[in-house]
Amino acid sequence: MEASSPFMDATTAKWLIEISYLLTAFLFVMGLKRMSSPVTARSGIVWAGAGMLVATLFTFLYPGMNNYIWIMAAIVTGTTVAWITGKRVAMTDMPQMIALYNGFGGGAAAAIAAVELLKGEQLPPVVGSLAVIGGIIGAVSFSGSLIAFGKLQGLIKRSFRFSGQQIFNLLLLATTVVLGGMVASGYNVGPNVVTSFFLLALLFGVMMTLPIGGADMPVVISLYNAFTGLAVAFEGFVMQNAAMIIAGTVVGSAGTLLTQLMAKAMNRSLGNVLFSGFGDTGTAAAAGAVSGSMKPIEASDVGVMMAFAQKVIVVPGYGMAVAQAQHKVWELCQLLLDRGVQVKFAIHPVAGRMPGHMNVLLAEAGVPYDLIADLDEINAEFETADVALIIGANDVVNPVARNDKSSPIYGMPILNADKAKNVIVIKRGQGAGFSGIENALFFLDNTRMLYGDGQAAANQLIQAVKAV
Amino acid sequence: MIVTITGIVALYIFMLAAFTGYEIIAKVPVILHTPLMSGSNFVHGIVVVGAMVALGHADTTLERVIGFIGVFMAAGNAAGGYVVTERMLEMFRSSGNKPKRGGH
Repeated sequence: MEASSPFMDATTAKWLIEISYLLTAFLFVMGLKRMSSPVTARSGIVWAGAGMLVATLFTFLYPGMNNYIWIMAAIVTGTTVAWITGKRVAMTDMPQMIALYNGFGGGAAAAIAAVELLKGEQLPPVVGSLAVIGGIIGAVSFSGSLIAFGKLQGLIKRSFRFSGQQIFNLLLLATTVVLGGMVASGYNVGPNVVTSFFLLALLFGVMMTLPIGGADMPVVISLYNAFTGLAVAFEGFVMQNAAMIIAGTVVGSAGTLLTQLMAKAMNRSLGNVLFSGFGDTGTAAAAGAVSGSMKPIEASDVGVMMAFAQKVIVVPGYGMAVAQAQHKVWELCQLLLDRGVQVKFAIHPVAGRMPGHMNVLLAEAGVPYDLIADLDEINAEFETADVALIIGANDVVNPVARNDKSSPIYGMPILNADKAKNVIVIKRGQGAGFSGIENALFFLDNTRMLYGDGQAAANQLIQAVKAV
Repeated sequence: MIVTITGIVALYIFMLAAFTGYEIIAKVPVILHTPLMSGSNFVHGIVVVGAMVALGHADTTLERVIGFIGVFMAAGNAAGGYVVTERMLEMFRSSGNKPKRGGH
């Protein structure tokens, strides 16, 4: 494997690589297309995976390459580590794992830029600029995604704020861009400037992500996913690599659209997410207008109530998944279904940690599709429901989003669980939700609180229904 | 490479690929947003081929180390993205009372 163009002459190798990249681009686009429908989704990832395999194998033919041992070692270790962690991660922790792998991609794009720029060769202005821009975006995506991972994993508990932070971040970005401009301009600036440029870009990613609260992280992860796509596309141009340009751009635009859809589902604009403090537990306004008290209820009473109900709507939230209660909840629902009770699951667009996450978690527990309804389908049905069972959900059922203009979540579409005849809230304690906002639903006359761990409470309800 | 991707050609590719990405996502039901984000996360793992070439042409130890980290992370992006996407989509197949074999 020491030859500069292994197995064949350089021209043949180059043609083979180009053809393989064309095939890869085709497989990627077809794979993503198939992934966009539930029926074909599973084969979609296999198509895309085949594309990745083809491109990786043929790239070994690239003429003039050295360091094959290094390349092999890096691929084997990187693949092994990610494969094992990916197999082991719990479904509830999926969003932060996606963030982590995405950050890796961004970091890889930045590393390509670093290797090319550190060579100190005079690059054409366009190539140099794209290498630098891709470097910034990739580095920000890398360090930002690591922070996002840390926040969702619970490693970083508090949002980090100080006065003048936005000015500081702006200056930091400006300095990074100036250094990037010097690097891109093609003057021989030396490795120190290149290194400082990358360190500042990494720091900017950290500083930009730290003040964003946990509730907004899904949008941020999705944004960084799009960032990485763009960075890959730019570095693809630098490397004259069509597969990278096409795949990176497809992900960049798809990711941007996905980010917008998510922000819309949370009734936030992207600028709002990135530059305002909301989503952080420290600053959310304390609700002044909430009156009344929370009224507790026993599991046995809830069991009777549900067993003789005609229609029960379950509103699951991330809390249910954290408590690993989805299997028990589905068991409970099966008991109710056997008794002839109509049962449905109401899914808010941002239930779980990102849009669609809750569907994944319910699918894991074996809940069939036809019992799962999204916000638009189900909202009219709450009025006819005897029981709305809220488990682990909070902000997405908070009526203040409808009627309290001073609330930070005012205007967010919510599930109208308060319209049900009886509302049962399973909750660990009396604290506020992920956003730190007091929930007016808990204080309504038709609401009863069933305190306890999600899984234990679901278990009690199962026993209670069986005893009826 | 054998075909030089010049500025205007790159812009064409960029534009058409951007439309493609937009069209693919535009009609996706919410239930598939998370798997699809994960899937697109996998797709930009293609950065591994660029990182391989960069490491393959690295001359100094510093370049090799950075290149190694690049390939390592890119491979992690691709492998991790594949595994988690596959795991999520696997559950969609087995759920419900009408199993879909092989996705057809």
